[in-house]
Amino acid sequence: MAVTKYPVIWLQGAGCTGCSVSVLNAVSPRIQNLLLDELVPGHQLNLMFHATIMAGQGEPVIEVLKDTEKNRKGGYILIVEGAIPTAEGGAYGSIGEQAGKHLTIQQSVQELGKNAMLTIALGTCAAFGGIPAARPNPTACKGVQTVFSEKGIETLVVNIPGCPMHPDWFVGTVSAVIFSGVGALELDSLGRPKLFYGQLIHENCPRRADFDKGKFAQKLGEPGCLYKLGCKGHYTSADCPLRQWNNGVSWCVKAGSPCLGCVEPEFPDGTSPMYEKITLEDLICPQK
Amino acid sequence: MSTKIKIDPITRIEGHLAIEAVVDDGVVKEANSAGTLFRGFEIILQGRDPRDANRLTQRICGVCPTAHATASALCLDEAFGLTDKIPDNGKLIRALIFGSNFLQSHILHFYHLAALDYVDAVGAIGDVAPFVPRYEGDYRVTGEVNAELVNHYVRALDIRRKCQEMLSIFGGKMPHNVAIVPGGVTEQLTEDKITNFLWRLNEIRDFVDNTYIPDVIAVAKVYDDYFGVGPGCKRLLSYGGFDLPAGRLFKSGVVSPDLKLEPFAKEEITEDLKHSWYANSGSGKNPAQGQTEPELKKKDAYSFLKSPRYKGTVCEVGPLARMVNNYVQGDETTKVLVDSVLGEFGAGVDALYSVLGRHAARAVEAKIVGDAMVGWLMQLKPSEPNIVESEIPEQGEGAGLSEAPRGAVGHWITVKDKKIDRYQVISPTAWNGSPKDDKGQPGPVEQAIIGTKVKDKDNPFELVRIVRAFDPCLACAVHLLDARGNKLRVFKVV
Repeated sequence: MAVTKYPVIWLQGAGCTGCSVSVLNAVSPRIQNLLLDELVPGHQLNLMFHATIMAGQGEPVIEVLKDTEKNRKGGYILIVEGAIPTAEGGAYGSIGEQAGKHLTIQQSVQELGKNAMLTIALGTCAAFGGIPAARPNPTACKGVQTVFSEKGIETLVVNIPGCPMHPDWFVGTVSAVIFSGVGALELDSLGRPKLFYGQLIHENCPRRADFDKGKFAQKLGEPGCLYKLGCKGHYTSADCPLRQWNNGVSWCVKAGSPCLGCVEPEFPDGTSPMYEKITLEDLICPQK
Repeated sequence: MSTKIKIDPITRIEGHLAIEAVVDDGVVKEANSAGTLFRGFEIILQGRDPRDANRLTQRICGVCPTAHATASALCLDEAFGLTDKIPDNGKLIRALIFGSNFLQSHILHFYHLAALDYVDAVGAIGDVAPFVPRYEGDYRVTGEVNAELVNHYVRALDIRRKCQEMLSIFGGKMPHNVAIVPGGVTEQLTEDKITNFLWRLNEIRDFVDNTYIPDVIAVAKVYDDYFGVGPGCKRLLSYGGFDLPAGRLFKSGVVSPDLKLEPFAKEEITEDLKHSWYANSGSGKNPAQGQTEPELKKKDAYSFLKSPRYKGTVCEVGPLARMVNNYVQGDETTKVLVDSVLGEFGAGVDALYSVLGRHAARAVEAKIVGDAMVGWLMQLKPSEPNIVESEIPEQGEGAGLSEAPRGAVGHWITVKDKKIDRYQVISPTAWNGSPKDDKGQPGPVEQAIIGTKVKDKDNPFELVRIVRAFDPCLACAVHLLDARGNKLRVFKVV
């Protein structure tokens, strides 16, 4: 059977590699399946560039970027992890050098983005700017969609936020593209697949019954709803309570921690202080 | 004949880093190590709720976030006046969370970051991305041994994932656990979690004993010349790490090149800025008074890393530094394990100052941490508290010093009006990957590269093996400069 291969270019911007590590934590399929096997019969990802995983280094791997951009026009998936520093012409972040010149993150995201069939902004930094873009945003970090819009790049951006994002959200989105095509992706107003970001944490929280009964934890480590300790589950849309993390072992609220709202564009400024109760009005009119 | 070679990006490390070196007659004469990404965490933290630093600083690094969670919690404990009040369960659970991250990080480092420089993945899997392009020439492991090592590369992917799953039992999720907070941990401890954790740990310990350590020895036997490559500065610093009810697992201290031990004092740390893209006015200060003001167009600067120094000297941090510190201070477990690995090669302690010495120290350390974790689990008391209540002080100062998988990590905070007034972080790679200091002394990675013989300038295996053995936590670029022509060489790989 002919196998359709999807070249994948994975760029790391102003981030922490946590989203890559999260993808390494994928369970079914596992990372070795994503790297080496057909994801489903007849369809295989082909990871051409990933700085943490790939064998090569130096200018030859930069040539892989240039070659893919030129020769696979409209046929590759661009994955961006980390925000895009735009201050000083992008000088705060470089992914490598070519012909003696720094290739900035901004430049490479724009060039590769223009010719990609699809861009996936993986994690909250790439989707909305995240922590590097937190006030005072020293390096003028932006999310991918913002940079694309400013530069008139029309390639579809799918946001898969989270700090980090759940590996299933990534694998599931890629599966949707393979089975039903890019056009069939149902995205919310923030560019996130409704499949994973369609319900509030609060709707499915196992501590929801405590909230309904007015049983609130007063200090960390106590049972009860964590709303008064700063939980952002009442406005955060993700399926963490149902899916749970790390092969279903646990998740933030199960470990006694308030939801930090890490999949939302307001993270972290609008969701801070993290351990203080925040109302919807605070979010709409952040005090800072 | 001098040559300039350039490698940018250095892959299979975390983050963004660059190195320049001058090669003359096949020997490296000069090297520059440079961080090439600046995010400004210390600036972002100013004015925030101090407790948020504990969550935000983890996001410095997705490979070892618990190192920052731990250092930040220790720092906040001190600022909040809680240092002596952390319940035993809190200390033990923090250590178990952190220990899980150590195991995942060390296993990931050897198999997924470093091994592709020694093992022939293409020979076993085929000529496919992401295993090509790559350096060609010096893959010495062949046949069945090679196939088995590549198999272990794949199996280690499962084992490192299972380390994260084990961590999540107490940490909630990984990367970026949520349970470590000032005062202890948020997790509610129950007996079933202890047993569940124990049996996950046992599988991982079995892998360390019967696969990881034997594989490091097998690779070292084929590449034994690398016991003589990359000695570095030979001054080894450990802050000490894993704060347990009965004391620390890793001892703190500074060991000199002639193996003399000196006690460590955090007041003796300073950060030089002459070669960093930050304003010089902050140079030479202790991190408690440190400043981070970017200055991009600065003469002499080539890195976003600062140059931490101890009493003005250059120090290496990491597993090698910890194991030698424990060894010199007479820790019996460390001594037995280190001597047994060295015995395999009929080598003395001096062989540790090398590329292979760093890999061996890391593997031995994985065993020490994994074995110790069993004891920590058995000390847990589910009926007792895991956390002590805390309040943000109006004013306060704190320092949190610990040991990340890659080496010494420190956080410093000043609290004013219940908000963060100043926050400074020195990460392990700031020590190891630091640029030259104000006196012109090269950093540890730079020193380890200087003097190295490069056999094939088109495939400089020696350099990437040296850099990766330090397990840098930022993506870096290695440059070899032409001593005379100063002309960049276009780098080609067959």
